[in-house]
Amino acid sequence: MNKDIASERRFQLLGNIIMIIISACAIIPLVLLLISSFTDNDALIRNGYNFIPEKWSTYAYEYIFTSGNSVVHAYFISIVLTIVGTALGLTITTLLAYALSKKFLPGRGILTFYVVFTMLFNGGLVPTYINYTTVFGLKNTFFALLIPGLLMNAFNIMMMKSYFVTGVPEEIMEAAYIDGATEFQAFFRIALPLAKPIIATIGLFIGIAYWNDWMNGYIYLTKRTDLYSIQNLLNRMIQNIQFLSQNSGNIANANVGLAAIPSVSVRMAMAVVGVLPIIIVYPFIQNNFVKGITLGGVKG
Amino acid sequence: MASNKYKEKMSPAKRKSLIRRSIPIYLMALPGLIYLFINNYMPMPGIILAFKNYKAKDGIYGSKWAGFKNFKYLFSTQDAFVITRNTICYNLVFIVVNLVAAVAVAIILSELVGKQKKFYQSVILLPYLLSAVIISYLVFAFLSPENGFVNNSILKPLGKEGISWYQEKKYWPFILVFVNLWKGIGYNCIIYLSTIIGFDRGLYEAASIDGATKWQQITKITLPLLRPTIIMLTMMAVGRIFYSDFGLFYQVPQNSGALYSVTNTIDTYVYRGLLELGDITMSAAAGVYQSLVGFILVLSANLAVRKFDPDSALF
Repeated sequence: MNKDIASERRFQLLGNIIMIIISACAIIPLVLLLISSFTDNDALIRNGYNFIPEKWSTYAYEYIFTSGNSVVHAYFISIVLTIVGTALGLTITTLLAYALSKKFLPGRGILTFYVVFTMLFNGGLVPTYINYTTVFGLKNTFFALLIPGLLMNAFNIMMMKSYFVTGVPEEIMEAAYIDGATEFQAFFRIALPLAKPIIATIGLFIGIAYWNDWMNGYIYLTKRTDLYSIQNLLNRMIQNIQFLSQNSGNIANANVGLAAIPSVSVRMAMAVVGVLPIIIVYPFIQNNFVKGITLGGVKG
Repeated sequence: MASNKYKEKMSPAKRKSLIRRSIPIYLMALPGLIYLFINNYMPMPGIILAFKNYKAKDGIYGSKWAGFKNFKYLFSTQDAFVITRNTICYNLVFIVVNLVAAVAVAIILSELVGKQKKFYQSVILLPYLLSAVIISYLVFAFLSPENGFVNNSILKPLGKEGISWYQEKKYWPFILVFVNLWKGIGYNCIIYLSTIIGFDRGLYEAASIDGATKWQQITKITLPLLRPTIIMLTMMAVGRIFYSDFGLFYQVPQNSGALYSVTNTIDTYVYRGLLELGDITMSAAAGVYQSLVGFILVLSANLAVRKFDPDSALF
């Protein structure tokens, strides 16, 4: 028995060590980012990004929030986009998922196939791009950030549908109908409150997708850089840096037509600002997020 | 058959009430169905673009047919081979590496006692929530040739010459596999962890009484019980082997031309063809190649999964 306890203790020790190492790997890059953003710019240029700064400074943040630059504006776009996108996406996802959960609905099988097929086959980027730019004229509008791809996807619908099927018992709904409730009343008063957990989870998935998206802006906003989300702005900036380092011979030319390149620390401060909302809400959403992944789990 | 019979028996009054009940439900479904039509179905016929000589002024449907010329051209280039190889090889390595890491972490987490395991789980999931752009910044903080941590704080003190990371292809297969693992490990272990937690603890107690060591419990109980989940998730991943994480292959190497031969996948190729090179038909041909092969793979994976466990299949 003593041997068992010793072996268990060894396992616990080793397990904890391994997990501490992996956890450290997960956050160390973010720590480096944070520290660099608070480091004096000249010190950064001398020593590079470092965990132990030679000199601390809040200059980068002062620059971002005072010098009427595009960061605050892009931040505002990101927030509006995330709120509008999540509200709209969650609404149409919930409604469609609820409809598909109704066993009595004629044509339910066909509609389900219509949804699932989008997971199996897609036209790809080129036809999608041509469709949105020529048929709908989304290029260089706010809708380009909102509509393509992100609003709703089959995966979320199927996840929510199965929640409605198992989590909202048919009998309760039937009782409501017998009491004279209309379809809409039954949906709002009974199904929705019961489905709160899945609604929170899917809302989270959609919200994070919007906050993190950079592709829509990258593809569709060719001229309207004033519509850039924070991700697009960050992306543009790192591209400029890359461009400069590859063409360092003619920096003077490179600066023409490109956004001015902020100093080394400002870049990192902007990335911190971009990731901040996720870090702030993370402790609150974390549980729901894990539940959602477990729920949709195998089908992902 | 059964449903037909049911319909025949339905009285007119009942049918009328069914229709009355169904109308609001259809209305609820409508916005979502319209969105899927716009976002997913309308572009589908656009795949014929790959078989045309696309002229912007004539549109997709007005342009002249080109037969298989675009495909012939695509497959006569070195690109077709490189992007297929990269897409498939990276995915295969990702599948193996992620599987081993995720199962190992899930087993460790399930066996640990104490509150700290919740903390570990939260921390390792965090990278999954970061955007590709943010991840490219994090990688840049380490690998930037001028200011990066690796060149300045690791190689310099060792007296070594700094490396131009974004110009040297030989490092990138490792960097990409590592970044992918770093990003996905928290996410990938969740399903395994929740499966392990569902196992009957009685088995472990019995084994422990019989004198089984921890290692024996893991290899003789946990892993065999986990096998169906492992097989299922792997089959699903194999079904998606023709698709790649665009953000990972485009943002993290910062679209550096010197690295294309080891970072170009079908997705990045299609993107560059469309928006950087303006070679729309080639891009469309590669897109169709991906859509069709991808479709067949997803379909086969699902059929395999359905044979294995009908509840887990998509359809």
